[in-house]
Amino acid sequence: MEGLTLSDAEQKYYSDLFSYCDIESTKKVVVNGRVLELFRAAQLPNDVVLQIMELCGATRLGYFGRSQFYIALKLVAVAQSGFPLRVESINTVKDLPLPRFVASKNEQESRHATSYSSDSENQGSYSGVIPPPPGRGQVKKGPGSHDAVQPRPAADQQEPASPVVSPQQSPPTSPHTWRKHNRHPSGGNSERPLAGPGPFWSPFGDTQSGSSAGDAVWSGQSPPPPQENWVSFADTPPTSTLLTMHPASVQDQTTVRTVASATTANEIRRQSSSYDDPWKITDEQRQYYVNQFKTIQPDLNGFIPGSAAKEFFTKSKLPILELSHIWELSDFDKDGALTLDEFCAAFHLVVARKNGYDLPEKLPESLMPKLIDLEDSADVGDQPGEVGYSGSPAEAPPSKSPSMPSLNQTWPELNQSSEQWETFSERSSSSQTLTQFDSNIAPADPDTAIVHPVPIRMTPSKIHMQEMELKRTSSDHTNPTSPLLVKTSDLSEENKINSSVKFPSGNTVDGYSSSDSFPSDPEQIGSNVTRQRSHSGTSPDNTAPPPPPPRPQPSHSRSSSLDMNRTFAVTTGQQQTGAVAHPPAVPPRPQPSQAPGPSVHRPVDADGLITHTSTSPQQIPEQPNFADFSQFEVFAASNVTEEQDGEAEKHPEVLPTEKASDPATSLRIAQADGKIEEKTAASVPANVSKGTTPLAPPPKPVRRRLKSEDELRPDVDEHTQKTGVLAAVLASQPSIPRSVGKDKKAIQASIRRNKETNTVLARLNSELQQQLKDVLEERISLEVQLEQLRPFSHL
Amino acid sequence: MAVCIAVIAKENYPLYIRSTPTENELKFHYMVHTSLDVVDEKISAMGKALVDQRELYLGLLYPTEDYKVYGYVTNSKVKFVMVVDSSNTALRDNEIRSMFRKLHNSYTDVMCNPFYNPGDRIQSRAFENMVTSMMIQVC
Repeated sequence: MEGLTLSDAEQKYYSDLFSYCDIESTKKVVVNGRVLELFRAAQLPNDVVLQIMELCGATRLGYFGRSQFYIALKLVAVAQSGFPLRVESINTVKDLPLPRFVASKNEQESRHATSYSSDSENQGSYSGVIPPPPGRGQVKKGPGSHDAVQPRPAADQQEPASPVVSPQQSPPTSPHTWRKHNRHPSGGNSERPLAGPGPFWSPFGDTQSGSSAGDAVWSGQSPPPPQENWVSFADTPPTSTLLTMHPASVQDQTTVRTVASATTANEIRRQSSSYDDPWKITDEQRQYYVNQFKTIQPDLNGFIPGSAAKEFFTKSKLPILELSHIWELSDFDKDGALTLDEFCAAFHLVVARKNGYDLPEKLPESLMPKLIDLEDSADVGDQPGEVGYSGSPAEAPPSKSPSMPSLNQTWPELNQSSEQWETFSERSSSSQTLTQFDSNIAPADPDTAIVHPVPIRMTPSKIHMQEMELKRTSSDHTNPTSPLLVKTSDLSEENKINSSVKFPSGNTVDGYSSSDSFPSDPEQIGSNVTRQRSHSGTSPDNTAPPPPPPRPQPSHSRSSSLDMNRTFAVTTGQQQTGAVAHPPAVPPRPQPSQAPGPSVHRPVDADGLITHTSTSPQQIPEQPNFADFSQFEVFAASNVTEEQDGEAEKHPEVLPTEKASDPATSLRIAQADGKIEEKTAASVPANVSKGTTPLAPPPKPVRRRLKSEDELRPDVDEHTQKTGVLAAVLASQPSIPRSVGKDKKAIQASIRRNKETNTVLARLNSELQQQLKDVLEERISLEVQLEQLRPFSHL
Repeated sequence: MAVCIAVIAKENYPLYIRSTPTENELKFHYMVHTSLDVVDEKISAMGKALVDQRELYLGLLYPTEDYKVYGYVTNSKVKFVMVVDSSNTALRDNEIRSMFRKLHNSYTDVMCNPFYNPGDRIQSRAFENMVTSMMIQVC
C-alpha cells in the first residue's frame, strides 16, 4: 500500500473513528463489526464498500489495522466525493473532504463530525465536513471533544502527528498545505451540507425554525431520545436497520413539518430498535404513543372519536386507503373510536408503514388490544363460546401479555362466528323445543334455523321412526335431532316391547318406549320436548297400530293377554275420555270436558291426576294413581248409572285395568313423554271427534292443536290433564272389579269395549296425525309458492 | 353462494358490485339495476309510516330462469342485492338471510371507519374478504 497522506483534520477524524471502532482497545486492530457499521453508515453501495475493503487490504489481512482503517476511510471519502476508487486516489485526490457517515451510530462520532464541521464554520480553519445544525450542534457535540478539537488546530497549525505511527502515513504536510487543504474542503463542504447526517439534522433546524410549536415538542422530545437511541443502537446489532431507516425518516422530515411527523421520526427510530418483532412496541414508543393519546384525549381510559383520529393520522401523510386499512385493523371492537390500546396499535402501524413495512392483513398479535376490552365485548356478545374465550385471558397488564394472542386470535373468529353463535344458542335453548310441533313447518323466524317443532308422538315401530326420520332429514337438514332420531330408531328396535305393540295403549306404550330409550328424565316439559324433538321423526306418524298383538310383556302382573283380549273386544267408538290410547303411565281418566255430567269426582280426580301427570309421567306407575280406588268406585257407580258417561267412564275404568298391567311394563320401557302422551291424548280426542260425533268435548283440544302450534302448550297441558285423568281412571280401575263383584261382568264388558274403542281411536289418532302432517307440509309448500309468486303480484 | 353481490347507495348508485369473474359481468350489473325497481316497490308497498316495522330482508325479488335475485334494504335505504344461481337449490331462505346479515355487519364496519367517506366506493379489504367468502362458497 502506498503511503497515505492525511491532513490534520483527517488525521484526527480518522483516529477518532479508529478509536471508536477499536472496541477492544488494541490500538492496532479494529473490530470488523464496527468498521462495517461505519462503512454502511457511509451510505455507500455495498459493492463500493467491498471494494474499499479490498483496496485497503483488510480483505487480504483479514482485519482492519490502523493503516487499513485509515486507508479505508480515505477511500470512503473518495467514493463519497464521486471519484473512482483507486489505490492511487488515496493520495492523488487532493482536497478531499472527510468521509461522511450518515447518522453516525455513535454519539461520539456525530460529535466528532459536528465538531469538525462546526470548527470549520466557526473558525474556518477546519475542514468541517458536516455543517452542524445550529441547534443540534450543541446536542451532538460533546463539549469536551469540541473544545479539545478546537484549540488544537487553532493553536497548532502543524498537523499533529498521528498518535499511532502508521507506516503509510506520511508526516503531516506543511501547515500551508494543511490550511489550504482545510479551507478548501470547508468551502467545498459548505456546498454540500445536506448529504449524509447533515440532512438528518438540517431539516431539524429548518423545521425548528419553521414550526416553533413543533419545535418545542420535538426538541424536547427528540433530542434526548435520539441520543439515547443512538447509544442503545450502537449496542444493538441491527443498527444497520436503524441507519437505513434514517434516510427514510429524513426524507419524511424534510417534507413534513408537523408534530406528528417529527414524532414519527422518533418512533421510527424506536421501532427499528425492536428488530426481533417488527410489530412489538417498545416502552419508549408506547410512552410516546400514550403522550400523543393524551394530547387528543386526556383521559387514558377514554376514547378518541373517529373524526379526531382521522385528523391526527391524516397528518402522517399516508394515503387515505392505507389509513383506512390501518383503521380497520386497529379498531378492534368496531366502535368507531379508539381506545388507548387501539390508538397505540394504529400509531404503530402508521410508523411501520412509513418505514416501509407493509401493512398486514390481520392485526399482529402484539398489537391486539387488551384482554379486558375483549372480555367486555365478549360479554356483550353473551355467547357461550365467547364466554369460554374471554374467560381464558387473565387480567390485562399494560404490556401486551403473551396470553393475549391466544385470546386475540379467537377474537376475530368470535366476531365472525357471531351468527353461528346465534344458531348455537338457539339450538341449545330448550325454550325453542317447547313448541313441540311438526318439524316440517318452516320456522317463521329464519334465525331459528335449527329449531323444529318436535312431533310429540313417538313412533312405536321402527318403520315409523324411519319414515319420520326420512321426513325430518328431508325437511330440515340442519335438524340436530336427526342423529337422535337414528338413535331413537335403534333404541326402539332394541325395545322389543315397542315393536309389537300396536293397539291403542300400544301407542302410548310406544311413546313410553321411545321416551324410555332416552335418558329417563322426569318428564319435564323441556326434557320431554327435547326428547320429542329427537323423536320428532319418529312419532308424528302413528300409523294405526295393527290390532293389538299379545303384548310380550313379561312384567305384566296380570295376564295381559286376557286383558288385551278384552280390550280388543271392546271396540266401541264410545267416547274415549280422550286418553284411550294413551300413555300407560298416566291412567286415562275421564276428562272434565268429556264427562260434563259425571260426578264431580271426575273433574276432581282429573285435577288430581292432572297434577300428577303434569309433574311427571313417572308417577304413573306410582301406586297412588292406582290406589285411588275410592274415586273409581264412585266412577263405577256413576258409570253404571249413565251409559254414555258410563261407557266413557268405563273406558277409563277399563283402561286403567289394562293399563295397569301395561303401564307396569310400558313404564319400565319408556317414561311417558308427557308431550307425546298429550299429543296422543289430543289426537285421540281428534280421532274421537272424527270417529264419534257425539263426542263434543274431545275435539276441542284437537281443534286447538290444528289451529296453531303456539297453542300447543296449552293443548299439551290439556292433554296432560286428559292423560292424567285417564291414567288415574285406569289406575283405579283394577280396584273396581274387586270392589264391585256384581258389576264385574258389566265392568269387564265395558272394559272390553273400552279397549276396542281404544284401538280404534288410536288408529284414528295416528291417521289424523298423518293427515295433520300432510296438511302442514302442504301449507309450507303453499307459503313458499306464495312467496315466490309475490313479486309478480306486485308488478 | 352468490354469483353477484352489490351494495347500492340510497341514491341508487352502486357502492360496491362484484360478480364471479367467470360470468359476463355486464349481465349481472343489468340484473342488479333492474332489481332496484322491485326493491323500491317493496319498500313503498310496506307502508310509509311503518318504517320501523319494515323487515330489512325483502326476500326473493324476482326469479329468472337461471338466477334468483334477493334483496335487503337497511334503514338508511342502502340496498344489498344478491344474485344466486337457481341451480343451487340447497340454498335456503335462512342462509340467504344470514348472508345478508353478514353483509350488513361488514357494511357497518366499513361505515364506522372514519377514513371512509360515505358515498365513496367501498374499498375495504375486510369487506372484500367477507364478500369473497360468500361468493366462493357457492363455487
